[in-house]
Amino acid sequence: MTVSDPRIDPRIDPKGAREDEQITTDPSKPVERMRSGSMTLSLAPWVIAAVVLAFLPLVFTNNSALTIMNQMSITIVFALAYNMLLGQGGMLSFGHAVYAGVGGFAAMHIMNMSDFFSTIPLVVLPVFAGLFGMGLALIVGSFSTRSAGTVFAMISLGVGELIAASSVIIVAFFGGEEGISGDRTYAQPFFGVEFLQQIEVYYLTAAWVVIAAALMYLWSRTPVGRMANAVRDNPERAEFLGYSARWVRYYSFVASGFFAGVSGGLFAINYEILTEENLNTASSGVILLVTFLGGVGFFFGPIIGAIAFTLLQTVLSLSTELWAFYAGVLFVATVMFFPGGLAGLIMMHVPVFKLGKAGTLIKPYLYTLLPAALGLAGLAALVEMTFHYRHAIPGDNEMTVFWMTFDTHTLLPWLIAIAVTAIGLGIAKVTASDLRDAWSAANTAGGKS
Amino acid sequence: MDLILVNIIDGLVTGLLLFMLSAGLTLIFSMMGVLNFAHASFYMLGAYFAYQISIALGFWMGLLIAPLIVGVLGAGVERYGLRRVHQYGHVPELIFTFGLALLIEELVQFIWGKNQMPYSVPEVLDFTAFAISGNSIPAYKVFMIFTSVAIFIGLLYVLTKTRVGMIIQAALSYPRTVEALGHNVPLIFMGVFGVGTALAGVAGVIAGPVLGTFPGMAFVLGSIVFVTIVIGGLGSLWGALAASLLIGWITTFAKSYNIEMKSVLNGIGISTPDNLDESIFRDLWSITSPQIADILPYILMVLILIFRPAGLFGKRSS
Repeated sequence: MTVSDPRIDPRIDPKGAREDEQITTDPSKPVERMRSGSMTLSLAPWVIAAVVLAFLPLVFTNNSALTIMNQMSITIVFALAYNMLLGQGGMLSFGHAVYAGVGGFAAMHIMNMSDFFSTIPLVVLPVFAGLFGMGLALIVGSFSTRSAGTVFAMISLGVGELIAASSVIIVAFFGGEEGISGDRTYAQPFFGVEFLQQIEVYYLTAAWVVIAAALMYLWSRTPVGRMANAVRDNPERAEFLGYSARWVRYYSFVASGFFAGVSGGLFAINYEILTEENLNTASSGVILLVTFLGGVGFFFGPIIGAIAFTLLQTVLSLSTELWAFYAGVLFVATVMFFPGGLAGLIMMHVPVFKLGKAGTLIKPYLYTLLPAALGLAGLAALVEMTFHYRHAIPGDNEMTVFWMTFDTHTLLPWLIAIAVTAIGLGIAKVTASDLRDAWSAANTAGGKS
Repeated sequence: MDLILVNIIDGLVTGLLLFMLSAGLTLIFSMMGVLNFAHASFYMLGAYFAYQISIALGFWMGLLIAPLIVGVLGAGVERYGLRRVHQYGHVPELIFTFGLALLIEELVQFIWGKNQMPYSVPEVLDFTAFAISGNSIPAYKVFMIFTSVAIFIGLLYVLTKTRVGMIIQAALSYPRTVEALGHNVPLIFMGVFGVGTALAGVAGVIAGPVLGTFPGMAFVLGSIVFVTIVIGGLGSLWGALAASLLIGWITTFAKSYNIEMKSVLNGIGISTPDNLDESIFRDLWSITSPQIADILPYILMVLILIFRPAGLFGKRSS
């Protein structure tokens, strides 16, 4: 993840990032596999994922759950495609929604070409969308992948803004302000399935998630995928080995454009409408947030991120107006304190489990995390109350936070919320040192377990 | 001819405003190698703080105090946020400032709500300075021009003529040597970050009454500022000035002269197709210059990147 900077920086920590905070791919297994010359992937996780995806609709049967799961699947594909750039290639893009969007728009146009569309089954539509996303990436990548880091980020932002802004002008392709819409059911039935119902779309999307994720995983195991990691970590050294850093970046970029396009095609199939919103910087920002939250260092990070973020978005946006604020706080906190993301947090515990000391951590975790959760809930209540106090309609003094209804213009609720926050965070702060001791003890071999 | 003069003045105002933002951004970039994504957010904070202060103490106190607060906030962000993230590398730094930009926008909405604030031009400056053949030029625009020019000259003086400026310039190129000479380089970094954000704050204070003080104002200007410093060449102060003025004038002129693509294409010998509605290029024919005025900077940026990747005045390509 570190982008090497030829200029000397005096403030850099001489020891580099701490071991547990480094953002690198799991060093042990893939390397071993590469050394033994095999590029096979273990089948088990994929089979489990496919089975889980197949049985999920039997557990969550209602339509809103299906909608959320579809959204999740689309985000997973997009986030994985994005991580091909950010995590594996070290390229930070602020305009990646453009490739998904253009793929989606292209898919929608194919849907509207009734004579052609009726000859192909719907299931292959994402391939066309991917090809269009890839086509755009071929063009943009030719000048944007010359360098990584800041310059690449700036170009991606500029190109993203350019295409998003021209979507209002080029009405023939982007449909102006109202976007374009279509009807997926005109396609040739696929083994008799016409994709009229949400559940049929779910299985189509789920199948594509597994296929796309497997392909992206295999890509990361190919020599060009491994070289992307090398170029990310040390472009100079990769050049000395005889690889052109620029072309390696270009290949990653184009591949990422393809899979982003696939996710756009899935979006088109699922929602049957695309607008400027699919292209703009806000969408690009969201996918960055999702990927980083999940963790860029591991292949499965973006998957966790997509699932967690979609759930968070659905649950929070139902219960509070301020959900974007909380998401922003969470994002900044992740960047500052857990740059490995959720996947990094999970993988941190692997050594502990290997040492067989996971049990010793349960109690300290409970002692710290429970009060901390309580304190954060109190803090959230304070934030909500302040917001209500400032922005509610005059006369509307009642509000409901955490299933309790009270009057925000009286003192008592404020005192309670402040007390809960102070006590919760206070206890957490006191017990944090115990947790730290337990953590270092659990990570040390030997001793009693 | 008169209209040209009016447009030159309007473009100058836009360009100088852009420059106040891009100057700080480019200084910070050349020093730390990190592009502060939240730079335009500090511009927005400047406008909001000035509005809040102007209610109590009037516009001029706002102009004085708000940039100071913004500068202190900026220095705090550098000290407690960026310096912590710095150890992970440049990309996480960029992501951090991006998250900060999101957070500041949400925070502003949280405190002041989503509506535009009634922050307006002070009465002292609310008159017509002079008129050019019926087009009146408000005094506030003249004030904006003079403020920005004064700040630019002041910045140039400090950077090139004073001892502090010498040390800053030295720290740009040889931070280790400067540190070895006994200067506190992290402090210099923090100071430059603070001053850069304070400059953005000044821009916010004086632009707020004209362009509107609303939560989206950072976003509207933010990406244009990045485009500006990419066009000018990352890290080049003169490049930032040239690019700001160029963008200011291009957008202003494109907006006020209605040039149709149709006449341009006819002019170079391509005739209008008979059935325009059928053609897939129909949008190309109906484009007018005011329509694309806002995306012209982006087109310019892509062209610059293809033909001169280092930017107009840039020396290095990355």
